[in-house]
Order: sequence, then C-alpha cells, then structure tokens
Amino acid sequence: MLPAFNEEESVRKVVLEVFAKLPGVTCLVVNDGSRDATIAEAVCAGALVARLPFNLGVGGAMRVGFRYALDHGFDNVVQVDSDGQHDPAGVVALVAALDSADLVLGARFAGEGDYSVSGPRKWAMVLLSSFLSRTAHTRLTDTTSGFRASGPRAVRLFAEHYPAEYLGDTIESLVIAARAKCVIVQVPVAMRPRAGGVPSHHPIKAAAYLGRACLALVFALMRPPVTLAEITESA
Amino acid sequence: MTIASYIFGVFSALLTLGVVIEMLRRRRLRERHAVWWLVAGTLALIIGVFPTTLIWAANLVGVAIPLNLVFFVSLAVLFLVCIQHSTELTALEAKTQALAETAALQELRIEALEVQLRQSHSAS
Repeated sequence: MLPAFNEEESVRKVVLEVFAKLPGVTCLVVNDGSRDATIAEAVCAGALVARLPFNLGVGGAMRVGFRYALDHGFDNVVQVDSDGQHDPAGVVALVAALDSADLVLGARFAGEGDYSVSGPRKWAMVLLSSFLSRTAHTRLTDTTSGFRASGPRAVRLFAEHYPAEYLGDTIESLVIAARAKCVIVQVPVAMRPRAGGVPSHHPIKAAAYLGRACLALVFALMRPPVTLAEITESA
Repeated sequence: MTIASYIFGVFSALLTLGVVIEMLRRRRLRERHAVWWLVAGTLALIIGVFPTTLIWAANLVGVAIPLNLVFFVSLAVLFLVCIQHSTELTALEAKTQALAETAALQELRIEALEVQLRQSHSAS
C-alpha cells in the first residue's frame, strides 16, 4: 500500500517498480486529497487507487489501507512511501519476518544502504528509538520509518485504531501495537534518496519536529492501551 | 448604585437569556451547547435583581472585592465552554475522517462492481 499526497512525479515509477519486483501483489495507492496528477499517474501504472476527498494525513490514508485489507481478506499489509525512498525489493524481507512477528519495521540505519540525518532531527530519532525500544521490548533503531509490514493481528488492530494525529502514524502506532502485545521486529533495509519532491531539512522545522515527536510519544504512552481481544469482541 | 446601573444590569442579563432561549427555540442551538450560557445568564439575572447576593457570595468564599468574583466566574464559564467546543471539534474531526475513509473505500467497491458489470455485459 502506498499513501500518497502530491507525489505525481514519483508515484508511477514506484508502482511500476512494485509490480516488477513483486509479481502477484495487490497494489493500493491511497490518494490523500492530492491536487496534482497523483491519481492519474497511479491509475496509469495499474494500481488500485483509493481517493480521499480531502487531506487526512498519513494516518487517515493508512487506515483506509488497513480497512481495505480487512474487508478483502488480505493477511499482510506492507506500507511503501510513494516518493521512491523505499526499494520494493525490501518488501520480501519484511514479509518473511512477519512469520515470527506482527509488525516489521524497515530500518534505515541498521547497516544497509547509505542514509543519514543530522541535528535536532537525529536527536529526536535517537531519543524516540530508545524510548520505543523499551516499550516494545526489542531493539529498534529507526522508529519513524514509513516502510513497514503488518501481519494479520496488526492489520486488525490498525484498521480500527490507527492514529490520525501528526506523527501518530509512526510513533503512536508503534506504542499502540506494543501495548496490544504485538510482536515488533526490525529488518535492515536500504534507503534511496527521493525520486521526486523536496525533503524538509530546515533547522527550525527540525526542532519543531523534535518537540512534536516528544509530545506525541508522551501522549501515546499516557493513553489507555488497546488490547486485541477487545477488538475481536467488538468486531 | 444608581437606578440606571441597576436597570442596565437586569436588562443585560435578560437580553442574554432572551437570545439564548430564542436560539434554542429556533433550533439554532442545541441544549447541550446552551447549558453554560443559560447558567451564566441566570447567574447574571440573579445578581442583577438582587445585588446583595453578590456581596453575600463573595463573603462566603472569602473574596475581598465582590467584583473579582464576577470576573472569576465569568472566566470559569468561558473556559468550560471553550473546553466543550474543543472536545466536540475533536469528535467531529474523527467522524469526518471515518466518513472520508468510508467514502474512499466505497468508491473502490463501486469501481470494482462497475468493472464486473461491464465484463458480464460483454460476455453475454
């Protein structure tokens, strides 16, 4: 599944690459209220496209994907960024790791490929990693990775409880999963520079990111935990 | 207190209450949103008609200057109304999001059905 917001330059390439490297998968592009040619580009490449009427943020787009998977009986959902940062070849490794886990993160700093960040953004990532590693009872080095695979249990959990808030898609979703007793592991993956679009590397923005990330983490930990049993009952 | 300020106080309270009640009557305002305004209007009316109640209340809670009690209660009411609005806004956002997601998923289903329909048509 590819959440996409204004990614007309890259989405087609990514979808084509997914189909080329992973024959037999269903590729759902969730267009998060883009105002550019994202939909046309994705349809052109042969992907299913879910159209959100307005921008909901990654969290909303992800929940559409999880709900779709649940409705149509898919077991596993792999989330791939539509800006071309993630190599679809890595999906195989992520799905393989799902055999013994509910949620698999594709980690950028775990050895493979060359990807680096610096300044407040890096501190934020290091801080978040150490906290979330403790919550999830496993060593996680790249908690904000948008490259992740969810197994059946995680799909069921996220279809209902995927957070919509800013940064909720990465940080809070991990906390929710960890507290619902999902097994989380990380797998090293190579990252590429974006195929299109502009990355955000402004120092003030990075500092704001650090602040909001910490806030998101604190609130995620303060909220009452959701358990999977509860979901099965209500479903 | 002059008779003019007395009348002004009572009139203001009545006006507030009147506006809130009229809005309720025309269904422009739901009860649960109007509760705080009704409470504030009623308090203002009581104090307007019987100014001594304010002094009595101030003595009761130990506020030296009765007017400060008015400010405190006004702020408290505004604060509660703001909190209520924020929570309702959050609830509405969550509902809008769920609706948007459902709309997107239904659109996908319709598309799939249309494709099926076209195929069965061309087959027959």
